[in-house]
Amino acid sequence: MLETIAYSIFNGVLYGTLLFMMSSGLTLIFGMMGVLNFAHASFYMLGAYFAYTLGLTTGFWLALILAPIAVGAMGALVERYGLRRVHQYGHVPELLFTFGLAYVIEELVALFWGTVPVPYKAPAVMNTTAFTMFDLDYSWFKVFILLVAVVMFVGLWLLLMKTRAGQVIQAALSRPDMVGALGHNVPLVFTLVFAFGCALAGLGGVVGGIQFVTDPGMAFMMGPIVFVVVVLGGLGSVPGALVASLIIGILQTFFLSINFSLAETIGTLNIEDSGFFGVLWHMEATRIAPVLPFLLLVLTLIFRPRGIFGKREA
Amino acid sequence: MATNTAAGGINALKLWPWLIVPFIAIVLPFVFDSGHTINLLSHMGVAIIFALSYNMLLGNTGLLSFGHAVYFGLGAFVAMHLLRAINDAGGTGLPIELLPLAGAAAGLGFGVIFGSFSVRRAGVVFAMITLGLGELVHSSSLMFTDFFGGEAGLFGYRDEAPSLLGVDYAPSRNVYFLVVAWTLIAAILIYLLRKTPLGWMANAVRDNPERAQFVGYNPTIVRYIQFVLSACFAGLAGGLFVITNEIVNDEVVGQLQSGAVLLGTFIGGIGYFIGPVVGASLVTFLESSLSAHTEAWVLYFGLLFISIVMFAPMGLVGIVHTQYLNWKAGGWKGNTGIRLYILVSGLVGIFGLICVIELSYHYFRSWDPGAPFILMGISTNATHLLPWLVSFAITIIGFGLMLLHGNPLLKRHISANSDGGKA
Repeated sequence: MLETIAYSIFNGVLYGTLLFMMSSGLTLIFGMMGVLNFAHASFYMLGAYFAYTLGLTTGFWLALILAPIAVGAMGALVERYGLRRVHQYGHVPELLFTFGLAYVIEELVALFWGTVPVPYKAPAVMNTTAFTMFDLDYSWFKVFILLVAVVMFVGLWLLLMKTRAGQVIQAALSRPDMVGALGHNVPLVFTLVFAFGCALAGLGGVVGGIQFVTDPGMAFMMGPIVFVVVVLGGLGSVPGALVASLIIGILQTFFLSINFSLAETIGTLNIEDSGFFGVLWHMEATRIAPVLPFLLLVLTLIFRPRGIFGKREA
Repeated sequence: MATNTAAGGINALKLWPWLIVPFIAIVLPFVFDSGHTINLLSHMGVAIIFALSYNMLLGNTGLLSFGHAVYFGLGAFVAMHLLRAINDAGGTGLPIELLPLAGAAAGLGFGVIFGSFSVRRAGVVFAMITLGLGELVHSSSLMFTDFFGGEAGLFGYRDEAPSLLGVDYAPSRNVYFLVVAWTLIAAILIYLLRKTPLGWMANAVRDNPERAQFVGYNPTIVRYIQFVLSACFAGLAGGLFVITNEIVNDEVVGQLQSGAVLLGTFIGGIGYFIGPVVGASLVTFLESSLSAHTEAWVLYFGLLFISIVMFAPMGLVGIVHTQYLNWKAGGWKGNTGIRLYILVSGLVGIFGLICVIELSYHYFRSWDPGAPFILMGISTNATHLLPWLVSFAITIIGFGLMLLHGNPLLKRHISANSDGGKA
């Protein structure tokens, strides 16, 4: 049991930090601009693909920096020439625009890189074992993931709280007209925030593409879970996104790794394995795991729409 | 955003479409009598009901749902279980014609349950809850494999069930007529619902919930009733889907299904009653015909959807309707040629863009990019420079003329001829 707990906590934290990398950019964009970017996971996917292609010529380390910049540039273009145009119609058309964009990006990725996964791997140095826990080897790459996430969190927090740019961003969110009157270019701030958020997703993709699989389906697979993180953590709250990511990561890994069902633990109590409650009674925990994040999403929106750390409701 | 409400659609909708459209629908299978075409037409009917039910939320009540397939799919599964029970009972029980009612009842039931906590807020919260519910139901299909039939899905036989009218539903044409009948019934009911005080209050709640509340209506309850009714019609479409397809799997409750109905409804035009009808028919038709001709059909869909969101939020029907009103008001006088010029140059640009996309698909996706392929009737080699240059040139010239020459020309012409603000 101790082994299971330790295993699921470590792997859960690992999965959670990856979720945080994907969702921190979205919570920034969502919380600050009110734009629910459906295509956010698509930018995450672009990050992985860009890093793969760039890495073939420049090597992984340079690609780690260049790929997020390229994704950020694409985000800026999307904001400037797409979102800004539909912004006048309201938030729902913005949502629809990014929804369509997710389809287009997926198709373009499938067009240029093919529908089968690309062999995007970590450099050989990072595949060596860093430490061993309960007979399981953990490579340097997993340590690297944790490191990137920590740097990202601290960097974001410092940027938002301690720099002038962060102050302007925060001000532009609550009182855009006032910030504009003070001489700041508010549309430019929005473009930059959007680009920055996309670049963060791209960085998540550079790392996540290695940890998971890099194929055109990765965006649609991760997209909804990223939303769960953002809503659960509270819109616009970076610490909230971190906590929510870790909760989901640990919870899901825990359910996947334990061998548990009510029938096995308490006894079948003559309850047959049929009917809605009968099936639930006999359900193994591993089969519940995929449902958990969405159950959390719905419950959060019903009972606490502002999430764990959010200041205002969605 | 949808300021052009039911009223705008009604002016263009008199009684005659209600006679002509069913007439065409009944004649069609005799004109195109291939089994494939008739199946396609049946699918259009199902998609039309589904899209009309979706627009009760999006267009009429202003609720953007990312999980409408839940009610379509659960309706389909309940209807399928009933059909299987009828099959098992040796073909006795509920007549097959009434099977969609079982789907509708299921949709209604789940709508009552899920709607009770979804509709408290509109806008983004509602969108997120429906997204979460959609994913929840879809991923729980792995948990309840008895109900959802696992990966293989469930199948039943429509011709091993009693028929109310004594019709043999093995031939697809007979099924098609059943679909037409149900589509007509659903369309009339949904249309009439728009005319009730509930329909008008839904519009009011969409446009300004606060003022609707001051009039004395609780926006949450108005949304809830609309939501439940919409789920009921979605379930009806699901039940009909069971009859046309005879197989359902977990895809019918999935994200793709929810996305498809949103795409179709919006492309058609959410501010008009016939918008979803046009959109759903078009999407179903394109899905089946485009996918046979090109790999890029999802891309075309996505691009069409984005263009509609960006440039024509009232959809295809909206474009036609606006131009029609403009023409009737005399806005085309003296500039019909310019309008035609804009249309033609735009079409030329789209033609060029299609060439570029098809070239790209052949170049990047084909096993042998150097092999010649037929592009717009011409044998082309995608590894040569010439076809690329020509395609890009056509694209740039087409859109360039439209945006940089045609549009300003029209604007100048209108402002020169307007006597004080006629658009």
